Amino acid sequence: MEIVCFGLSHHTAPVELRERFAIPETHAGEVATRLKAAPGVQEAVVVSTCNRVEFYIAADDHRAGVAAVQEFLAERIGDADAEHFFQHPTAASIRHLFRVAGGLDSMILGETEILGQVKKAYAAAAEAGATSKHLNKLFQRAFNVAKEVRTKTNITRGAVSVGSVAVELAERIFGRLASCKVMILGAGETSELTAGALHSRGVRSIFVANRSYDRAAALAAKMSGTALHFEDWPHQFRDVDILIGSTSAPHHVLTAEQLIPVMRTRADRPLFCIDLAVPRDIDPAVNDLDGVYLYDIDSLQKIADDSMNVRRQELVVCEEMIERHAQEFGQWLASGWTGAPQGFAPAVSGGLKS
Amino acid sequence: MDRLLLIASTFCFLFGFAYTMHALGARVYRPSRLNFFALLAGFGLQTAFLYVRGERVGRCPLTSIFEVLIFLAWAMVLFYLLIGPAYRLSLLGLFTSPLVFLLQIGALLGLKDLPTRTKIPPNAWMELHAAISVVAYGAFALACVAGVMYLAQERQLKTHHIHSFFYHLPPIRDLAVANRRLIVTGFMLLTVGIFAGLMIGNLQSHAVKIAWSIGVWLLYGGIFALSKGHRLSPRRAAWMSVGAFTAVLLTLSGITFIEDAVSY
Repeated sequence: MEIVCFGLSHHTAPVELRERFAIPETHAGEVATRLKAAPGVQEAVVVSTCNRVEFYIAADDHRAGVAAVQEFLAERIGDADAEHFFQHPTAASIRHLFRVAGGLDSMILGETEILGQVKKAYAAAAEAGATSKHLNKLFQRAFNVAKEVRTKTNITRGAVSVGSVAVELAERIFGRLASCKVMILGAGETSELTAGALHSRGVRSIFVANRSYDRAAALAAKMSGTALHFEDWPHQFRDVDILIGSTSAPHHVLTAEQLIPVMRTRADRPLFCIDLAVPRDIDPAVNDLDGVYLYDIDSLQKIADDSMNVRRQELVVCEEMIERHAQEFGQWLASGWTGAPQGFAPAVSGGLKS
Repeated sequence: MDRLLLIASTFCFLFGFAYTMHALGARVYRPSRLNFFALLAGFGLQTAFLYVRGERVGRCPLTSIFEVLIFLAWAMVLFYLLIGPAYRLSLLGLFTSPLVFLLQIGALLGLKDLPTRTKIPPNAWMELHAAISVVAYGAFALACVAGVMYLAQERQLKTHHIHSFFYHLPPIRDLAVANRRLIVTGFMLLTVGIFAGLMIGNLQSHAVKIAWSIGVWLLYGGIFALSKGHRLSPRRAAWMSVGAFTAVLLTLSGITFIEDAVSY
């Protein structure tokens, strides 16, 4: 019995090709069952996300597993461009699945969404009856390894995009964001993304001020916010907790002199200023005021870059962890599938539910 | 017997402190129940020590600097257990553990501990004054801890140098609120404590200590009044709570020495 991983990913194929081979989530179980019925194939799981389409096969031998997938693809898609596909033998397949589940093979290193996608793919195959003891144990182990990688290293630490850094900082300053009031000056794309990220974390009160009132109204409508005429923003500003500046004004829209009297009335309430504009909307001197925290686009990007560097540094530790688990699992396979694999903790049912 | 309880509780705080430091060193610190339970166990053993010691000396165990320091450490842990989980300030435990550990190890190794059953009959005002005052200083100590955390977090936010440790600090707004509430609580308790002290009588023989206590009361009263009227920014309140408690610690032993010298 061998385990084969056959497929393509963002490393090997452009999006135009990946979308041709993508298998809808609702069909994943059905496809796995079909592959299982191929000669020499015992079990199958199909993992299909926007970044990868991968087939995990437990087969009598490597060639039978690859042939089953190739035949399926040829039938379904027609000419499959072989150079974009990869295929791994047993040991490499195990390692690859552990890396994928742990987010090490993802486009954004350390992202956690992939684990849920792999869990769903496995659940679909298991429900369709396409898995048995080999892939059950392999995927269960992959979920445990992913959990270990996430909890024992910093691979998921910190935010790695400007929007998520802004949200993380806001949570560090205010705690829960539900009661925070956000004001957006200038309805640009980046400010919309940042405000959207804050909205998704619970911010309910959003004001949008823009020179073009229609654009302000359109953006406000997307986030159930309130549109303001640009001249009116200083009147609404006093109660705001988070200010996002992204106008195209050639000068500072908010200065320290304007802010000093406002801050005197705010008691313990800090003010988080996110300046996404170039030239900058907010005078850098406001960062010197007590209770005011100003971040411009460069400082947010630097924090995102630093987080990504931390993740890259953690990669070595994660790879060692995965290699150790892959070898243990490989040894268990070689021993004839008897007993439970070394270091195995059966925590999968909870993982599947999540 | 009672010292054994104290030594065991000191080990609990050392364990909580060491565990957290190790986790921070490995850069994967996450607020853990282990630290919380270490503090809880330490608190239980401290309480047992104070009970046994109280039985032994026949009064509230505040008869020496040694006992005062232990009572202060107990009050700090009490406040942590009361406000830490409530305000999601779990990391307060990280800063509380070393302070409590240092207080207790300092008391155990550096101070004489010769408990004797006093012949003077217990005075209710005296006991109330001593106990309430020490609990007030526990609140001030924890306000100082919250202040240090506030300043550490504020520095990172202002300079944009975000350390991985930053992600485990409580929100800065919560720290500002906790700092202010602890100062208010401590000030109220100290007011009651000083009132009880004035009711003891024989004020002339404790003139130095009374003057010092009133000085501390005025110091915290000033911080309280300024923050009450929102004329004090959270940053200044944090600095003042750190400065005031440091001043209290630095002058406490000197005042005790002068008081003893005067009484002789």
